[in-house]
Amino acid sequence: MAQIRVEALDKSFGTFHAVRSASFTVEDGQFLCLLGPSGCGKTTTLRMIAGLELPTAGTIRLDGEDVTMNRASARDIAFVFQFFALYPHMNVRRNIGFPLKCEGISSAERDRRVVEVARILRISHLLDRPVSGLAGGDRQRVALGRAIVRKPKCFLMDEPLGALDTEMREEMIRELRALHDRLGATTVYVTHDQLEAMAMADRIAVMNNGVVEQVASPRDIYDRPVSLFVADFIGSPPMNFLLFRGSLQPGAAAIRLGDRDVPVPAAREARADSDLVLGVRPEHVRFSDRGMVRGEVYGVEYLGTTQIVTVTTSYGALKARSPASLALRTGETVGLDFRPDTLSIFDQQSGRAIRTALHEGAGHG
Amino acid sequence: MAEVEIRAVTKLFNKMPAVSDLSLTVGNGEFVALLGPTGAGKTTTLRLVAGLEAPDRGSIWIGGRDVTREAPADRDVAFVFQQYSLYPHLTVFENLAFALRAPIRRVPEAVIRAKVEEVAQLLHIESKLHNKATQLSGGQMQRVAIGRALVRSPAIYLMDEPLSSLDAKLRGEMRLELKRIQTDLGATILYVTHDQTEAMTMASRIGVIESGRVMQIGTPREIYENPVNAYVAARLGQPAINLLPATLFAGAPDAARTIGARTEHLTIMRGGGDVQATVKRIEHLGDQSHLHLDLGGQPVVTLSDPEADLAAGDVVSLSLNNPLFFGADGIRIAA
Repeated sequence: MAQIRVEALDKSFGTFHAVRSASFTVEDGQFLCLLGPSGCGKTTTLRMIAGLELPTAGTIRLDGEDVTMNRASARDIAFVFQFFALYPHMNVRRNIGFPLKCEGISSAERDRRVVEVARILRISHLLDRPVSGLAGGDRQRVALGRAIVRKPKCFLMDEPLGALDTEMREEMIRELRALHDRLGATTVYVTHDQLEAMAMADRIAVMNNGVVEQVASPRDIYDRPVSLFVADFIGSPPMNFLLFRGSLQPGAAAIRLGDRDVPVPAAREARADSDLVLGVRPEHVRFSDRGMVRGEVYGVEYLGTTQIVTVTTSYGALKARSPASLALRTGETVGLDFRPDTLSIFDQQSGRAIRTALHEGAGHG
Repeated sequence: MAEVEIRAVTKLFNKMPAVSDLSLTVGNGEFVALLGPTGAGKTTTLRLVAGLEAPDRGSIWIGGRDVTREAPADRDVAFVFQQYSLYPHLTVFENLAFALRAPIRRVPEAVIRAKVEEVAQLLHIESKLHNKATQLSGGQMQRVAIGRALVRSPAIYLMDEPLSSLDAKLRGEMRLELKRIQTDLGATILYVTHDQTEAMTMASRIGVIESGRVMQIGTPREIYENPVNAYVAARLGQPAINLLPATLFAGAPDAARTIGARTEHLTIMRGGGDVQATVKRIEHLGDQSHLHLDLGGQPVVTLSDPEADLAAGDVVSLSLNNPLFFGADGIRIAA
């Protein structure tokens, strides 16, 4: 298995700068998700690792070896695409065994490995079926089988679950992660779906406009986003942003919001009077009659154990996640408080997070 | 708007029932969601109401009128499909006005303009009216598709997974918007989805459908708190309800074979509970953390209290409070 190092990778298509100086390392056996909206450069980055695109600048190292200019076939990598093409005229067994046949592996060895892979993927009973009649999830398992059977150094996957419906996707998320735990193969997985990334990845690299904005564990990405973009992209419903004007001194543990002092994690850098943003996750909003921010309930979305409450305030619509047992009516006036130790503060202009005590626990999540 | 009634409808495809003896009433101004997996018969039901399919048995009533033999155009229904197909060469305004400009409707131009502007405002796309449909984002295109149905004020809106092609964030926003629009207009909606969140957050009532049959119909809270069987119980809730052998806990009724335990039915303590379980993994999904437990070989997944400070390998004790019980046939039995 292998470590993948991407160093200052750049890719331009004509005048379009698709990837800008991307750097990250995927350790041996790690599962890294490249996460971002469409057009952010995540697939281009993956294709460069695979050798399907050549970078404009930068280096790709596979286990220390510089493979930047190597052909795809010389990289010992297996690629799983979103739109998996199975050979329609072959049955499941021959589809999975096909890459081994291409490598000239004997039919006895081929058969042994296909049977083993089918057992891991729990599709043994389908081996002699034609692929045309298979359900979406089973087709994706066959496509995965074709990648696994080669025992490559690493797997690169481009939205492999994108074409499945919600339920099948949730099942495949669990299976893929369990498969990864068993095989321990270094994996780079591209997705625009934050839930897939949060549920599967050891580390997530969030990309935006060709730039890797943050590389961290799912928990750090969620709890300590480095930018407004990351904070907004991760989380459903996303983080609430309250725009305000103020200044910060190192050590200051409160900000001035309207005519109230709102406790926040102690600042670790100074900011002169400027446009700032307070970031609050919906689950860190609490209802309180003496709350610092007042508003009117706009809608309540019941989810069983919890509910999402949208409240119209002078800072815009804020969303709170609360226990479903809390009775709230549309139109009712409520007060909101925020859990101090979880709050983020951003600089409005640069979009960057301001360093506070919140970031001191980073890396241990 | 009008009441819609599906009376004991059966629809066969190749002699196999896609919908069997299905009865359902959507009250005037009600938002009913049909929730079920792929192939359950949801879309077929919608198409039967629209008149795109004819039932083999049973009848469809709209506003007190038997429309079973009527053509789709005569039924006064508006259909919103999963794949919004807008006319790419037309502007948003022209796309919205298109249905009203059909020759048989003969709507005066001034009325069309007023109606389109009203709907555009409702959907927050009034500034996009003169853009080409292709210059819109996915969310805006879906709003236009919904808007095309709204301009017509039909007896009922039939919606087939209209949000499923949107990304998670947009879907979340549109859920709230669609519910607000429905409430404001007092619209009657029959909505089909496989997404439990959509059904729970928008519907006045949910019909849980499986193999062409409605298993239970009720408010989201009724379905969630009082499911009639284990299948319905498993359809709603994140994480999904834990279905455990009744023998694992003392105190289950004699006929119970399965205990259904959601997060709110489980109390987790460091010691002193009814049974012991081992923490296998804590999955941080951001807004919530799932605690994976091993209970005598049975996996149990529950929401983890962020303050609980548990780690893999920890032994905890579990006790139940008012869980659900199911018999050998999966039917709910009283505690």
